[in-house]
Formats: sequence, C-alpha cells, structure tokens
Amino acid sequence: MSQVDKPRTLFEKVWQAHVVAQEPDCPAVLYIDLHLIHEVTSPQAFAELATRGLKVRRPDRTVATMDHLTPTQPKKLAVLDDSAKNLLDTLERNCQEHDITLFPWGSGSEGIVHVIGPELGVTQPGKTIVCGDSHTATHGAFGALAFGIGTSEVGHVLATQCLLQERPKTLEVVLSGTPGPGVGAKDIILGLCAQIGIGGATGHVIEYRGDAIAALSMDERMTICNMSIEVGARAGMIAPDETTYAYVKGRPMAPKGDDWDNAVAEWKTLCTDEGAQFDKTVHVDVSSLEPMLTFGTNPGMGMGVSQSIPNPKDAKSLSEGDALTKALSYMGLESGKPLLGQPVDVVFVGSCTNSRMQDLRDAASILKGRNVSAGTRVLIVPGSAAIKREAEAEGLDQVFKNAGAEWREPGCSMCIAMNGDALEAGQYAVSTSNRNFEGRQGKGSRTFLASPLTAAAAAVTGKVTDVRTFLSESK
Amino acid sequence: MQSFSTLKSRAVKILVDDIDTDQIIPARFLKTTNKLGLGTHLFSNWRYREDGSANESFALNQEAMQGRSILLAGDNFGCGSSREHAPWALSSWGFQVIISTSFADIFRSNALKNGLLLIEVSAEQHQRLVDADSDAEIHIDLQAQTWQLDQEVVVAFPIDAFSKRCLLDGLDQLGYLQSFDDSISQFEKGR
Repeated sequence: MSQVDKPRTLFEKVWQAHVVAQEPDCPAVLYIDLHLIHEVTSPQAFAELATRGLKVRRPDRTVATMDHLTPTQPKKLAVLDDSAKNLLDTLERNCQEHDITLFPWGSGSEGIVHVIGPELGVTQPGKTIVCGDSHTATHGAFGALAFGIGTSEVGHVLATQCLLQERPKTLEVVLSGTPGPGVGAKDIILGLCAQIGIGGATGHVIEYRGDAIAALSMDERMTICNMSIEVGARAGMIAPDETTYAYVKGRPMAPKGDDWDNAVAEWKTLCTDEGAQFDKTVHVDVSSLEPMLTFGTNPGMGMGVSQSIPNPKDAKSLSEGDALTKALSYMGLESGKPLLGQPVDVVFVGSCTNSRMQDLRDAASILKGRNVSAGTRVLIVPGSAAIKREAEAEGLDQVFKNAGAEWREPGCSMCIAMNGDALEAGQYAVSTSNRNFEGRQGKGSRTFLASPLTAAAAAVTGKVTDVRTFLSESK
Repeated sequence: MQSFSTLKSRAVKILVDDIDTDQIIPARFLKTTNKLGLGTHLFSNWRYREDGSANESFALNQEAMQGRSILLAGDNFGCGSSREHAPWALSSWGFQVIISTSFADIFRSNALKNGLLLIEVSAEQHQRLVDADSDAEIHIDLQAQTWQLDQEVVVAFPIDAFSKRCLLDGLDQLGYLQSFDDSISQFEKGR
C-alpha cells in the first residue's frame, strides 16, 4: 500500500494538511487557520511583537473577544478593578492597532471565546484553531484540530500564523450505548475523566467516536470536546457529519453559495479511514452512567450521584491515596459518605462547557414552575450575547427569574472567578464549569462539577440532588 | 531566551500529584500586562494564610529553601489552564529545573519558551530523590542529559533534540519560525 492510500485518522488528515515545513529533529511548522484571542493571555504577546517591530501577519485570521474579566451583573456593568480595566483597554488598543476584528464587551456581539467562534460560523471542520486558553479543544466538536497555547505561542501565531508543534499521539474514545434519563454530555465527559484520570490522555489528541457521539447535538459535542484538556489531551475531535453541517450553515462567517458546496464536499472527507490505527483506545458504555458529580479537587475525582465518596485506603497507589486525603480535607468531606444531600451555597450554570442554548433549556426544564431554595444563590450566565437574546426570546430568562435565579450578562464569570463573580472561602457550589481545582471559583471555594440538569436540581433543593427524581415527578 | 547548560542546586520538594496551574498561580494574579515579578504569587493559596501571613509549613516559606533552583514535584505537574504565567512565576521565584514523573503538555511547551528545564524521571528515580536528604545536591548537565544526586550514580534523562537545542543555545523560537517566511507564503498561496 502506498503512503497516499494508507488509512489515516481524522487527526492525521487535518495535521498533514497544515504542515508547512519540518526540519529533521525539529517540530513541525504548523499553519494555523484561525487564531482566537482574549484580554488575559494576549497583552504580553502583543508587547513582544512591538519589541521586535513585527506586525500581525494575518489579522483576517484573528478574532478577538472579551470574556474572562467582563462583569456580568445586569445594568451595573462596572469592571472589577483598574488592572482588569487595563487588560480590556489593552486588548481594544492592540486590536485597533493591528486591524483585528474585536467583539467587545457590551457590543451585543461578545461572548466567551469558545462560544462565539462556533456561533459566528468561523469555527469550521478541518481547520487548525488555537487560542491562549486550554478549553480551545471545544472547537474540535466540528472536526477542527483545536488546542490551547501559551502567551509566547500567541505571539508566534500573531507574527507568523504558525506554531512549532511536536506531533501528538492519538487516542480513540469509543462511546457506545444510550444514556439513561438525566444523563447527558457533561455526565459522559465527567465519566471519562473519572475512568482515565486527569493525566489519562496527556500527549494525545482524542477522537470521540461511536454511536453515542453520532446521536449528540453540536451543543453536546462541544461540552465533551471542551473538557478534553481535563484528561490532559492536547485536543479532542469529532468527525463532522450532517449535524455539523446543519449547525454551520447560514452562520455569518460560514461559506456561502458555491463555496458552501465545495466546503461540504471537502468536509465529507474528514473522517477516520477504515483500518486507520490509533495509538490507544478507550471504551465508555454511556448506558452504565448515572448523573455525575465531582467530589474532589480535580475533574478526575468524580462519581455517579448515588455513589459514596471513596476511601483513600482503597486508592490504587499511595500517592493517589494522599491526593484523595488532601482533596477531601480541602472539600470538608468524609469518605464512605454519599454526596447526595450535601448542602450547596451557590449554583452556577455557565462557562464555555455549559452555557449554550441546550444547557439553558436543560436548566430551565427543572426550574420552570419551581423556586430556588432559600439560602442558595443561583447564577445563570449565558455564553454569549446572542445566546442571551435567543434565551430571552424563548422566555427562559423569565423562567430563571421567576424561580429566583440571577440572569446575567455573558462571560466566563464564576468558572474562573476573575471578574468579581466568585464563591466565598468555604462555600460549596454545584457548577456546570470545567474545573474543581482548589480555589478555582474563588479562594477557598469548593466545587462540585455537574451537568446543567443536576445543577438546576441542586438549585431547587439547596443540596446535591439526583435530578432523576425530578424527571419522574409530575409537576 | 536565557540558555541553560549545567546546574548544581538543592531541591525544594512539593510532593503533590497533579499540581495544576491554578495552584502554581491563581487566576486573580493574571490581571497583568507584564511577565515579571510573578514569583511573589507562586503557589499563593498554599503559601499564604487567609490573612495574608506566610504559612510557615509550606516549603517556599522555609529559610533553608531560599535560593534553591530545582523543584521536585509530584506526577502530572502543570495540568489545567494554559496560562504561561505559571512558568513565569516559577522562573521569577528562581526555579530553573522541575523534576517530575510527568508534565502536562501545554505547561511543557510554555516552560520551554522560558528556559525552564523539565526533567522527567521514572517512579523509582523519583522515589530516590524524594527519599534523599533535603541538603543533598543535584547536579544537572543538559549537554550530557544527566543528573546526579550528590556522589551517587549518574542518571540519564530524556529530552527531544529540539528542546535541548533551544535550552542550550537559548534559541529564539519566534526567530526560528520567521526563518520559514517563504515557505509560509508559499503555503498560503496554495490554499
């Protein structure tokens, strides 16, 4: 079989189509189709360009938004502090100077970088997409090769539209079965995190495959790819199909007319060939999953909602046991006890993981006609201004407000807690975000990661709850 | 970029697995347009108490640890966020080398951009370093790709040829990328 005929994975096809050059014993020079930038990880990169007297090579392949630091309180949009304001102003100045399209805060077009890329139609199958943010893997849901980079690399891409990249290995995650009631995309990815651990895919690009993936909407696929980094993966990809094309079609920056037909014809080649080899394979039977929650301080420390918190003595290794002991001490939890019934101070529905229409509809389906538990603060933060408008057109904002939840402006908000939306030390949150690291949602914060359904159930009861009890309950 | 060839130093041991970049430098310290001075915030949540006073039981606050340039850490160091503020903070504190059984991908890439050498060791080698006296010196020779604990046996460590060259020569990676300008233009024409 010749080199050309050799069966290739989706990743290999996208990778090979973007290698500009590669010298012996050196990483590949990889061309980047789309560079997304935001206010927090770009200023030092622009400063480097200024120091070297360089211009942005392809402003037309660069898209900027403001998300990490933007306030989300309705109608009193004061930026947290001077340093936050300085970063927002710096991004605006840099975009002006380099002729980069910016979707600024308060413009009605802004949103979380990984939400607006797909929404604008600029995220497309087969593209290489990077951003100075580890959740860039989100865009892999479209069959793009998308990954997070550091600020030096942001500078590299601004200046050369290329990156130096060692070719990663490939990991096939085969998802089979039909999820039970109350189990969705977030539970699937939290299930994978618990199964292979947070370093389980380090050095690999994941391709999610199987019947369970084909059945998912784009919003759900994005939730799964988004958290690829939480198992250490370089990126996560899903081969494009009719669901993908239907999502992209007609979006502002999507191809039009003949260009659209040509694009779809090309996208149809973006699948893993029969017989192509992955370096590793993992199987997940999604029918065996319950609604998932994390109990510890990394996304791999998760379990089904009916399970008990594991005992460090049962850990596979001494260091894993130590990590669990440390995590439970931080979380103020005891091994052997259930998480069910654990009181919750705050519920956060939002973040690049779960702030899209389907997530908001899921949360609303539980909150409709019910009230938020007294003493529990509930924040619902849409992923973009466009999602906010769409949700309001459907009346979801009224459902949330009537239940007693706060309906906010778009942004990263309490996922990274840089904009003033934060937990107080010691508070517990059920959060639809992606990281439960110590202090992630504010110094001393304690996070249970979960789906929008599970989060909404906790909002109603004020404690960790099995959402399935709501699904069977007639209202 | 600063180059690296050899180093002799004692190690600071922070023997926790899966140290994520939110621990290395919490997000509230990312509100800066600068790379410098972030060492003050390194491991801030572990290093300082709620009232801002130093937590004396944390390694970085101990007198004997000051001036040490090697960090011995647990498995999967640097997981999580892509923030380059993590290597900036580590370098700013004075670390030049981090030893672990594995490193997260984005952290590895960011470290290399900042002249920070990551040494990956086996679980057995890691245990030897963990068990070693706190005052034992580790001698690192990048050209030879070896480390040596006091006068014990010399141990080889792996590093890819390009990373080694970057560190030894202080290679400017952006400059290297710019040398492909013609190929990049050619590539762009072909699309």
